[in-house]
Amino acid sequence: MADHSTPNAAGAQTPDLTARQIRRMKRFDNPWRNPKLIWGAGLLLGIVAMGILGRIFWDPDLVFTGSGLTRQPPVGLENLRGQVGTWAHPLGTDGAGRDVLALLIIGAPNSLFVGVLASLIGMSIGIFLGFSAGFIRGRVDDVIRVLSDVMITIPPLLILVVFQAAYGDISLTMMAILIACFVWQSPTRLIRAQVLSMRESGYVQMARLSGASTMHIMFREMMPNLVPYLFGSFIANVTTSIVTAVGLEVLGLGPQRIPTLGRTIYEAINSGALIQNLYWWWGIPTILLALMFIGLLLINLGLDEVSNPRLRKL
Amino acid sequence: MGRIPASYLMNRVITLVLTIVIAATLIWLIPRLSPVDPAEIMLGRMTAGAGTVEGSEQILATLQERFGLNDPLLVQYAKYMRNILFLDFGLSTASFPTPVSTLIANALPWTIGLMLISIVITFVIGNLLGALMVWEHTPRLWKVAIPAAMVFTSIPPILSGLLLMWIFSAQLQWFPLTGAYGLTVEPGWTWDFVGSVLHHGFLPALSIVVVTFGFWALGMRGLMITVQGEDYTTLAKAKGLRPRYILYRYMIRNAILPQITAFALKIGLLIAGQVLVERIFAYNGMGKLLYDAILDQDFPVIQGVSFVIILMTALAVFIVDLVYPLIDPRIRHEAA
Repeated sequence: MADHSTPNAAGAQTPDLTARQIRRMKRFDNPWRNPKLIWGAGLLLGIVAMGILGRIFWDPDLVFTGSGLTRQPPVGLENLRGQVGTWAHPLGTDGAGRDVLALLIIGAPNSLFVGVLASLIGMSIGIFLGFSAGFIRGRVDDVIRVLSDVMITIPPLLILVVFQAAYGDISLTMMAILIACFVWQSPTRLIRAQVLSMRESGYVQMARLSGASTMHIMFREMMPNLVPYLFGSFIANVTTSIVTAVGLEVLGLGPQRIPTLGRTIYEAINSGALIQNLYWWWGIPTILLALMFIGLLLINLGLDEVSNPRLRKL
Repeated sequence: MGRIPASYLMNRVITLVLTIVIAATLIWLIPRLSPVDPAEIMLGRMTAGAGTVEGSEQILATLQERFGLNDPLLVQYAKYMRNILFLDFGLSTASFPTPVSTLIANALPWTIGLMLISIVITFVIGNLLGALMVWEHTPRLWKVAIPAAMVFTSIPPILSGLLLMWIFSAQLQWFPLTGAYGLTVEPGWTWDFVGSVLHHGFLPALSIVVVTFGFWALGMRGLMITVQGEDYTTLAKAKGLRPRYILYRYMIRNAILPQITAFALKIGLLIAGQVLVERIFAYNGMGKLLYDAILDQDFPVIQGVSFVIILMTALAVFIVDLVYPLIDPRIRHEAA
């Protein structure tokens, strides 16, 4: 690792290193150029791009019932009735004649939207409560700590099932807000723990002695050190939120009139698509969701390596 | 219990009680704020079945009286909390005279059985693979294969369940498509029945294992990297102990204990994921009960199932918190 600071000379000094290893050494110079991070972000950007470009190059109105013949297979494949798929519906149609490609174009961004919005709201609550607990301490800290301990054990899905069973149809935004009520705990705990340890550290004491305001200490001194943790927690919460949203949709709850990937899967299972071998109907949304989760996981693993260099390896 | 400080125990007990009270209150409060009336839903179902119902006004009044919907809210709340203490959730509205607790008692063993089996399998496999990712004597093929398999981590088990179900049940027909045991076998302690249960439970368990072992493996990897640099590991190597012995006796034994606390954070999501798996496999557990109740708008069952699952989660976390300081002497609990 002595070559680390002079990567250009690495090859000359240690000839036993392969070109590949030298390339990997160089990558240590900038932790953000982490392959997992890049691949994960690429996957998610791809899904977002599909949502945007799809609306331009494909007809989003095909998500409506009866846009085509029902249960058509994807291009070049044959369904049980012997019909061969055509380019009119490249990924086939579902049991109500909706175009599966259009369902993906409209549904995938909806799922991401719920995840990101819920996580953003949860994060804001978490930052506020975490800093309050860590700074004010005393009674406030006790209440926030116990509350987050309590809420972290309650699975959001089950409370939301009760809620939606009682209220019926809700909008995407409403669903995101409801999910946000259950994803603030882990950022709160994380920030509280970090703030408690940071407030005793030298640079915070220094800032306090120089008469810096509490706001300045919170946002200018502490916040930059929290960024990798916050970002990791944010991504983890996006995953949890989407899992919860998909779970609700697969149980037949969630928004009833807006196409979502979870709802498409719900309808496919209910219509016996598994037995009738209509694999494109449930399979394509399933694979797209899986790709979304893989992308989020890769980003999270990459961020772990950025903030914890011990996890990086050659 | 001698080694657990009283303040720590108090803290955990308060958290447990608060969790149960808050969950019960939310479950009670949310439907009360909604305009939907369970008595009207029941009457609506009767009307749908019979065309018209004689004296529907009277039935509605009787039902509302029977469900206690005419009492003041505080009285209703007090009654509800008292009933919940005895796990009494009232009567199901969809299968009317059956108590909700009976329905739950029938479904619960299936859910707990499936959960225990899948959690034990994932914990063992996940931690072993996580340790192998760090161990320097792991065969090269494994070092490539394990991270590749972890790509499935964080996919909800319902998605892996669908894919496995399609491949192994619908296409290859190796496993049955739905249910927890065959229609032709009589429930009881016979080999036929046990075989049938295992046959039906394999795919649901597998779909959970495939997507959750990576969580343990990742945690284990981080812990193993720390343990690898410890002096006692170096000493063990210097003594010339066999690498496999060092792996099991020195590294894994020290790294595995903090993994147990991860249960506390993960168990809620695990149970929620399993509920959905049970729903797609139509497994005779809480998931199927919940899904059927949602279809029938059977509020007492929805409330009962949600509460029992949250209760299970809270108890599991409580037990982990209590057992952990006993098995890991390195932990010293300071007064909170």
